[in-house]
Amino acid sequence: MEFIETLINGLSIGSTYAMIALGYTMVYGIAKMLNFAHGDIIMVGGYMIYVGLTISGNPVISFIAAVLSCIILGITIEKIAYRPLRGASPLAVLITAIGVSYLLQSSAQMIFGSAPKMVTVADLGSISFSGLTIPVYVLVTLACSVVVMTALTLFVKYTRTGRAMIAVSEDKGAAQLMGINVNRIIMITFAIGSGLAAFAGLFMLMKSPSLSNTLGAMPGIKAFTSAVIGGVGSIPGAMLGGILMGVVEAISLKIPPIAPYTDAIEFIILIIILLVKPTGILGKKRREKV
Amino acid sequence: MALLEVKDLEVSYGVIKALKGISFEVNEGEIVTLIGANGAGKTTTMQSVIGLIPKKSGTVIYDGEDITKTPCHKIVHLGMSQVPEGRRIFQELTVYENLLMGAYSKKKDDHFNEDLEKVYKRFPRLAERKNQIAGTLSGGEQQMLAMGRALMSRPKLLMLDEPSMGLSPLLVDEVFDIIKDINKDGTTILLVEQNAGKSLAISDRAYVLETGSIVLSGTGEELSSSEEVKKAYLGV
Ligand SMILES: Nc1ncnc2c1ncn2[C@@H]1O[C@H](COP(=O)(O)OP(=O)(O)OP(=O)(O)O)[C@@H](O)[C@H]1O
Ligand SMILES: [Mg+2]
Repeated sequence: MEFIETLINGLSIGSTYAMIALGYTMVYGIAKMLNFAHGDIIMVGGYMIYVGLTISGNPVISFIAAVLSCIILGITIEKIAYRPLRGASPLAVLITAIGVSYLLQSSAQMIFGSAPKMVTVADLGSISFSGLTIPVYVLVTLACSVVVMTALTLFVKYTRTGRAMIAVSEDKGAAQLMGINVNRIIMITFAIGSGLAAFAGLFMLMKSPSLSNTLGAMPGIKAFTSAVIGGVGSIPGAMLGGILMGVVEAISLKIPPIAPYTDAIEFIILIIILLVKPTGILGKKRREKV
Repeated sequence: MALLEVKDLEVSYGVIKALKGISFEVNEGEIVTLIGANGAGKTTTMQSVIGLIPKKSGTVIYDGEDITKTPCHKIVHLGMSQVPEGRRIFQELTVYENLLMGAYSKKKDDHFNEDLEKVYKRFPRLAERKNQIAGTLSGGEQQMLAMGRALMSRPKLLMLDEPSMGLSPLLVDEVFDIIKDINKDGTTILLVEQNAGKSLAISDRAYVLETGSIVLSGTGEELSSSEEVKKAYLGV
């Protein structure tokens, strides 16, 4: 029984990683850049939920406001910081992204102070059935994730814009020859990734109420690791990698001798998987094109 | 009437001058060929005209509109289409999805099914393999797909960059027949080829490109019988 509870908990942690990993992987696949500041969007989402709750007291309204703010923030960052560097060296882009990350963290600290805020999104309690006791927030996380990831998968596969995203990720030049506005597709990708980051922010605050300006740092790194494990650029890969990471984390935390080394174990798994399959579990070898 | 008019087009890659001010035109209904050796600047011409790479100077007028500074995706919406060098089909998508991408610039209801049927009729192989992942097609089939994909946008001007590259002699003949046929159906063609003999035979007019400059021009027949062309490109 306890194992099943741990597993369910792992799935919910994993869904959070998957949500973040999707943002990394889609931006990487389509804009061919590592958006180092992606984790900090989660943090901004967290603060927006906090602000919303303070003003309205309504968790649903606060969350919707957080999603919208993150989307606008993501689009703005892309337009101001990254778009002018299209075609620049990857190193210049990476350094800019690191700069954006610090800018977001410092701004949050200036506005909200450095002491962590305690944010209770909603007191949901837990439910028990057939011998299992599961916190309701875990179920909410799982349900939201299943819906969002299914919607995203269908969107990419079956809509005109979704297919354009695949085309851009495969060959930007050929995509333009189809009449696809690559800048617009990249903007949409940032919007989706940032919206998903707001979901991750919500999941994290439901799990633990402490909110600081580094909220997104560690989950960001773990989610990036998940994206690499799954095969960077691959949407199902990010989902799989995230879930795998979460389940390993939940199980490892339950085993006393190895629990303190959980983070290390997760990164060791990355290294082992990359040694066996350098492109990640679902990653494909891709010829680089102009 | 000139459908495409290129004047003094210059393109550079850093310090390398790939096009040194070339001028040419393509009239409505014509098949026009650019021939030239490796590195002459043929692909550069095709890609800069359609806006895929930036022009350093010069003007490009298409269908009466100055498109010198228009981005590629907008030019495609104006009815120009290109089968790029190396085909560049979307390897991970199916044949059908590639054709769907080809129609991206059209609203979905605008004759999509009609155009799809036309492409399947012209390339029966594609119809047989519509659900196959495009990356697993043979080279010849990929060329057919690239051509079919380019036709899905109902182009007024279709540009083809070395469509015969890497194909068996039998398939090369088939490709040239198809190009002639597409042209008969009312599509203007700008062709780039190293296979000078076959392309001149189907061309109304042609230009010879040498290291970034146009050195000769004339009707297909004139160039086929020109001593210079014979020596340099026809291997006679
Ligand atoms: N991306 C690039 N960067 C630098 N130089 C380039 C680039 N692309 C092409 N060139 C140079 O520009 C010149 C023209 O190249 P282009 O590809 O247009 O030739 P081409 O006539 O299409 O040749 P081929 O028959 O081999 O396809 C060549 O000297 C080539 O080396
Ligand atoms: Mg070429």
